[in-house]
Amino acid sequence: MRIGRRDFLQLLGIAGAASFFTPGAVQAAWGGESDPYEIPDYGNVTLLHMTDSHAQLLPVWWREPDTNIGVGPVLNQTPHLCGKWMLDYYGVTRGTADGYAYSCLDYDTLAHHYGKIGGYAHIASLVKRYRQQLGKRVLLLDGGDTWQGSATSLWTQASDMVGAQNLLGVDDFVGHWEFTYGQDRVQHLVKNELKATFLAQNIFNTTWQEAVFKSYRIHEVSGRRIAVIGQAFPFTPIANPAYLIPDWEFGIHTQHMQKVVRECREKEHADLVVVLSHNGADVDKKMAALVKGIDIILGGHTHDIMGPKPFMVNQTLIINTSTNGKVLARFDLDVGKGRLKGWRFHYLPVFSNLIHPDAEMAAYIEKVRAPYRERLEKPLATTGSLLYRRDNFNGTFDQLLCNALREEMDCEAAFSPGFRWGYCKLPGETITMEDVMGQTAITYPQVTINEYTGAEIKNIMEQVADNIFNPDPYYQQGGDMIRVGNIQYAFNPDEKIQHRITNMRIGGKMVSATRKYKVAGWASMHKSEGKPVWEIFARWLENKKHVEVEKMDLPTLNGDMRSNRGIADPHPYGL
Amino acid sequence: MKNMKRREFLGTGLTATTMAAVAGTGLLRSGMAFAGNVAGWPAKPFEEKKLAAAMTDSIGKTEIPVSSKVRLSAPSIAENGAAVPVTIEIDSPMNADDYVKTVWLFVDHNPTPLASQFNFTPGCGHAFIQQRIKMAKTDNVRVVARTSKGELMASAPRKVKVTIGGCGG
Repeated sequence: MRIGRRDFLQLLGIAGAASFFTPGAVQAAWGGESDPYEIPDYGNVTLLHMTDSHAQLLPVWWREPDTNIGVGPVLNQTPHLCGKWMLDYYGVTRGTADGYAYSCLDYDTLAHHYGKIGGYAHIASLVKRYRQQLGKRVLLLDGGDTWQGSATSLWTQASDMVGAQNLLGVDDFVGHWEFTYGQDRVQHLVKNELKATFLAQNIFNTTWQEAVFKSYRIHEVSGRRIAVIGQAFPFTPIANPAYLIPDWEFGIHTQHMQKVVRECREKEHADLVVVLSHNGADVDKKMAALVKGIDIILGGHTHDIMGPKPFMVNQTLIINTSTNGKVLARFDLDVGKGRLKGWRFHYLPVFSNLIHPDAEMAAYIEKVRAPYRERLEKPLATTGSLLYRRDNFNGTFDQLLCNALREEMDCEAAFSPGFRWGYCKLPGETITMEDVMGQTAITYPQVTINEYTGAEIKNIMEQVADNIFNPDPYYQQGGDMIRVGNIQYAFNPDEKIQHRITNMRIGGKMVSATRKYKVAGWASMHKSEGKPVWEIFARWLENKKHVEVEKMDLPTLNGDMRSNRGIADPHPYGL
Repeated sequence: MKNMKRREFLGTGLTATTMAAVAGTGLLRSGMAFAGNVAGWPAKPFEEKKLAAAMTDSIGKTEIPVSSKVRLSAPSIAENGAAVPVTIEIDSPMNADDYVKTVWLFVDHNPTPLASQFNFTPGCGHAFIQQRIKMAKTDNVRVVARTSKGELMASAPRKVKVTIGGCGG
């Protein structure tokens, strides 16, 4: 297998992981010459699934969380497994390429060895290859959160991503962050620019309760009828500002899903029913238990490693396909008349160093980035620490962001939302404006200062915690715990709402329920005035010149959590 | 009850009667009939402040067997507590011999738990209701139906969470 080193470096503009390019490194990493992307032929229908790329056109660093606690029915169940627990469950060896892709262990060491993941030119190369091999039996399904997460997607109002999706040949698409561009922009892009079909069985017009988008699409593949039903993120107007989509109502709509599945089976004579879902892994599992007749759920939203083996609920196969272009999932299916006769599943980490980038897509990416290059590449500071966001309670990148908000806004505490997107930076790298946008590029970025009482602060944290740790998945929104700057607390995920947080302190002092505290935050659910968060963060970084994260604001957890397999290392939580 | 506004709505061609407690949702327009002026308005259950009393006043009892024939759907998390969409559908032949006669909708801890009462006739053809209700906080919504034969059946209570948003995904 050939590594397109020169192309790759050219595309990146910089050598991100120089040590990886030593002769023989790739072969050594893979244990020989075998090509991990060559797949033996099986079946008559192939589904390719990617999701939650968060607009990362170029390869990025992506570390798996070290904390992703499952409670209630999903306790210690995939994907709520971290570190060694994840590797053990899927039978993957630590230190291997797959070990690097699926766990947080030894992240920065392995990153230098195995390189960045994803990149649309690299994904395009795989997709083209499979289409060449398999012809028209391939469907490419995009699970959403594709239009948001980068500077260029925000500055082009998602045009850059629609162009990439069109080049890639996405067949069907569902949404979540897409909606934060506002309902008019979404309709414009879906109707006029996007070639893929935008599907949603769970978005209704608020006035008449009529479906806003097509619920499903039937594809004729190898003489079989394949139904793809779309499921948008059910809690968009709660997790993101409702004023951006004032005429649309969301929700899970289990009964309507059942009706649509039945319609596909009975009226459309579908031989296979696939749900392209942005529910999140736990919600998908519950929905599969309640709805009969779904063969496969291709899941996203929670950015989980839920492969290489699909999870089964009754007769439904469920996967979750990570984020940031890290994984391309492939189902090879033997679809008979009216039923799925057999399947093989391949969960393919997109190791950018092992894939020759597709020239057409690489040229496109270069073109859309060209007008912004100078702004994107502006250096702000160097980091001595590994910077990441994804984790249940805090990440090093969010800690910096909270520190910046507190210092720049002169506040005693700070809140930052528990988003699950936002890629990593390795120790020694330079943080550029593009990297700051990679943590902050949203359409409601205003920084606000709020005077909250201690009781209000606790209530906000309790409400968010219940959206993550409610034992009933239908009450979970995905996302992670609200990040806090200078707030210390004890936390018990197994408790009920209003009882999870105890011993709350600000700056080490017990919080008074009635005293008011000045708290900086961003991403308000209501229209607000303020400077965009990237401006504040960039200014702070520029002044610092070099940053290290010495201490993180993490809660202490209750003793039961010591054995929770969603925690790779219990020590930082006082366990 | 103070500030309580009421309405009667006659669905065209459906001859279903709706009696709903609509507290300050701004849904009322001048010219709409106020229930207080309507003969047969069941004022007492609509004014009760506790679920048990509202059920006793309207249905005559508080323990109703749950039946899969009564399907209640409501969002698990409300997008807007001031207008929570609720859909009720009841399996019934809806003919002269056997039809759903009355449906009650309750929100356990609303200031007045009885939110609506719907009266059907066989001519309705289908016992189906969509309505928006107001909820101040996370609570259970439940439905009770009485058939023309006097059989009572309830939906399983459905918890609707009313929360502050943000932070998803």
